[in-house]
Amino acid sequence: MTSVPLSESPPREGLGRRLSTFFYRHPRIRLSALLALPLGWLVLVYFGSLFVLLLSSFWETDSFTREVVHEFTLDNFRQIFEQDVFRNVAWRTIQMAILVTIADVILAFPIAYYMARVASPRTRDLLVVLVLVPLWANYLVKAYAWRTILSDGGVVNWALEPLGLQVDGLSTVGLWLVFTYLWLPFMVLPIYAGLERIPSSFLEASADLGGRSLTTFARVILPLAFPAIVAGSIFTFCLTLGDYIAPGLITSEQFIGTVIYSIRGEALPTAAAFSFVPLVVVVAYLLVARRLGAFESL
Amino acid sequence: MVESRLARIFLRLGAFATLAFIYLPLVIIGLYAFNKNVTQAWPIEKYSTRWFSVAFEDPAVRDALKNSLLAAFGATAIALVLGTLASMAVARYSFFGREIVTFAVILPIALPGIVTGLALQATIIDVLGPLGITFGLTTIIIGHATFCVVVIYNNAIARMRRTAGSLDEASADLGADNWQTFRYVMLPQLRTALLAGALLAFALSFDEVIVTVFTSGAEQTLPIWIFATLARPDDQPIVNVVALFVILVSIVPVYIATRLAGSSGITSERPKQSTVAAADPAP
Amino acid sequence: MKERKTGVARWAAFGLLVVALCVVAAGCGGDDDGDSGSSTAVEGLGTSLEEIQSLAREEGEVNVVQWPGYAQLTKEFAEATGCTVNTKDGASSDDMISLLQTGAYDGVSASGNASVRLMTTGEVAPIDTELVPNYADVQEGIKDQDYNSFDGQAYGVPHGRGPNYLMFRNDIVPEDTNSWSVIWEDEGLQEWGGKISIYDDSIFIADAAVYLKATQPDLGIDSPYQLNEEQFNAAVDLLKKQAAAGLNYWPGDVAKQIGEYTNGDSVVGTTWPYQYVQLTAADPAVAVTAIKPSEGTTGWSDTWMLYSKAQNPNCMYLWMNHMISPEAQALVAEGFGEAPVNLKACELTKDQNHCDTFHADDEAWWEDVYYWTTPVEDCADDDDSTTCKTQEDWEAAWTEIKG
Repeated sequence: MTSVPLSESPPREGLGRRLSTFFYRHPRIRLSALLALPLGWLVLVYFGSLFVLLLSSFWETDSFTREVVHEFTLDNFRQIFEQDVFRNVAWRTIQMAILVTIADVILAFPIAYYMARVASPRTRDLLVVLVLVPLWANYLVKAYAWRTILSDGGVVNWALEPLGLQVDGLSTVGLWLVFTYLWLPFMVLPIYAGLERIPSSFLEASADLGGRSLTTFARVILPLAFPAIVAGSIFTFCLTLGDYIAPGLITSEQFIGTVIYSIRGEALPTAAAFSFVPLVVVVAYLLVARRLGAFESL
Repeated sequence: MVESRLARIFLRLGAFATLAFIYLPLVIIGLYAFNKNVTQAWPIEKYSTRWFSVAFEDPAVRDALKNSLLAAFGATAIALVLGTLASMAVARYSFFGREIVTFAVILPIALPGIVTGLALQATIIDVLGPLGITFGLTTIIIGHATFCVVVIYNNAIARMRRTAGSLDEASADLGADNWQTFRYVMLPQLRTALLAGALLAFALSFDEVIVTVFTSGAEQTLPIWIFATLARPDDQPIVNVVALFVILVSIVPVYIATRLAGSSGITSERPKQSTVAAADPAP
Repeated sequence: MKERKTGVARWAAFGLLVVALCVVAAGCGGDDDGDSGSSTAVEGLGTSLEEIQSLAREEGEVNVVQWPGYAQLTKEFAEATGCTVNTKDGASSDDMISLLQTGAYDGVSASGNASVRLMTTGEVAPIDTELVPNYADVQEGIKDQDYNSFDGQAYGVPHGRGPNYLMFRNDIVPEDTNSWSVIWEDEGLQEWGGKISIYDDSIFIADAAVYLKATQPDLGIDSPYQLNEEQFNAAVDLLKKQAAAGLNYWPGDVAKQIGEYTNGDSVVGTTWPYQYVQLTAADPAVAVTAIKPSEGTTGWSDTWMLYSKAQNPNCMYLWMNHMISPEAQALVAEGFGEAPVNLKACELTKDQNHCDTFHADDEAWWEDVYYWTTPVEDCADDDDSTTCKTQEDWEAAWTEIKG
């Protein structure tokens, strides 16, 4: 009769298991290991590049060849502050971004609410597909299509002709319409997610307490959906702030993106200096959005 | 249903109006794909399918499509790895700089593309150039991956917030090591969120032009090809054909992904048919 | 569970700093590629025609930046030389220089306001014209100009030249319009405001200067590209007045302008001959007239230039030789609406009168066509006391004019 040893030494552990045990015992190292790759990538690829660009805002350029000369100067920032056009363009762009965000919220809310709370599951699936598919329609093609629609011989004026009206579609108003259109799906999805998270019990409770539809909407639904709205607004605001293609197609006014794009080849330091403006605005916006809880609702 | 009937009618109308707004230009693009004329006048006088054959025979279109698919797959793959790792760190640990990580991940997509593009272009010329990496598919993928990370990251974090960390600990208690826990416990919970994120990341990369203008070289992705072709008056109609084609073809994968993830999976909620038998954690 | 924060954070911060400094160092180091030496040797270039041809077969491709609208025999060229041609359209001279600087292209069809700068920075290489057989057929009057040569050494191979026309819808704007006043004077601005199409580039300031040269001779403008303070400010004021009327800019995107004229979104403005050719050849044709107005106009004389660090210099030499061959000249000149520089092409154009219509051999006609060139501080004259506005000044002013 063979005796079974009372205690068997455990089998030699594989490398994976030993590494895993090591990580379990040293959670901080595990954390660092997890973060190493993504943070390393972001720092090297993204923040490093940003740093290089922003650094060039302190360089001079040769006034003839337009090459970058490594001599320190604050002239680029002086130019940004002194030439009125930069201030005007920045303000115009921020206004446009705000207006586009407002329009997108108004357009997105009904369909998001419908999808989240009213539609049957099958309809909801269909609507999700319907909202997502246009994301695959190329941004440029959509912008060009709008140009045709808004032009003098386009759909809008063709439809208004029987009424005796003609509008100048290719204008700032037209651009507002185009931006609203382009970023709409980015607003629908977060609001839909946010509305879906509201428990029905809250709405029932509100009704029980005597609240009619509008009251429930204003005092229960809207506050609860607000972080999601802010989350969606991050996209609409930031995407409008830096776009350089759509404005050139629809209007002749300059925006932050178009200015940076048009001077980037020649006066890269000035473009870099001007880039601080959208950078600061976006960072400020993100900080506010975070405070309002948007990061949890993206 | 809690909403009043009036509210529901209003919502239905609003939803319909928004959908009509979204699809009207797409319908017009579709109509122009069949426009016989080269110039895009309205109303369309004559219809024809001749541009379809031109588009399908154009080698530049095929190359651009291939490059776009490769770039999107590459970028999504990298984003999946980076996004999942980062989300695991942020969701399960509390550490100094946690908020900074979220910030750092979001910034590439929030900061205007022109700034990101300029920065990347300068780096590619000055830093990667001497290392032998020039403008090409690699640089395109690097650029796309950087802002696709956030999409995966968000979905993964939101899902992990809704799944109990205690499950991972329970798994460890049962003798599983890190990799086993990841494979058998975390991944099944994350799967649909990652799928939804991957779908969105893929779409983002596939359609990206604002940054790609600065990170591409001689190789064109589909949006770059469209950008160049739209500036050529004779070739504009081909673009409408290609755009229509992409829209129609994309319906299938989007639909499949929606069914797989459950429509709530798109929003990173746990699917109703979750196999993890845990009580629905209250928000 | 509160983790001890300091360790991870400190290492992370330190790592970030180190990495950032490295990137900066690399970035700073990498910028210094501005060697404006005039070394004629380009790496990998053959020294004889036969060597160039065989090396070209090994290279297999050539990447060029050029103006939009060039009709070319790229397939035939590829078959004959083994070099596949990849072209990239540039929107403006600045755009072309930027593209060249990415290092992804071998050559460019440069106008004067690009070529002079490229020669100065050394980004384009001198050309050994012995190795370009068709060079002998180029018009003598175009060789050895300021914009394509330096110190007697050729820096490129001429391509063609043309004016910037005043183009208008002759069914909307009076048919007998023959002066730039229609887009500069109050009457025209009021009438056509919002439908005026203007080239979106700082070089357009020269067009204002051309108009001022004719209408305000006491300003003493000689070259519209070399403007002193007073002349420059007058031009900028004129441009701001024009911009206030509402303009449609076309930034090298010819399709945009063509679409606008077709739809009637633009009815008058400046254009390249290419758009005129396209509009009149469209089906149905658009009713446009394109003229060189009485005040004269700006224009361009383009040169094929070789990037000094080209990957495929041999293919580029063969390409340059090909583009001044009679067949290629005929095709591109007729397609774009420009004057060829190889007059042997005149027999090959489909329209037998092409060379006459486009004044290929009529030097007198070109006297009030002011080719694009770059503004320089010393006014490019022999007078040391004069100072002019620089390219940098022009760009800053252009951003401001557009508002």
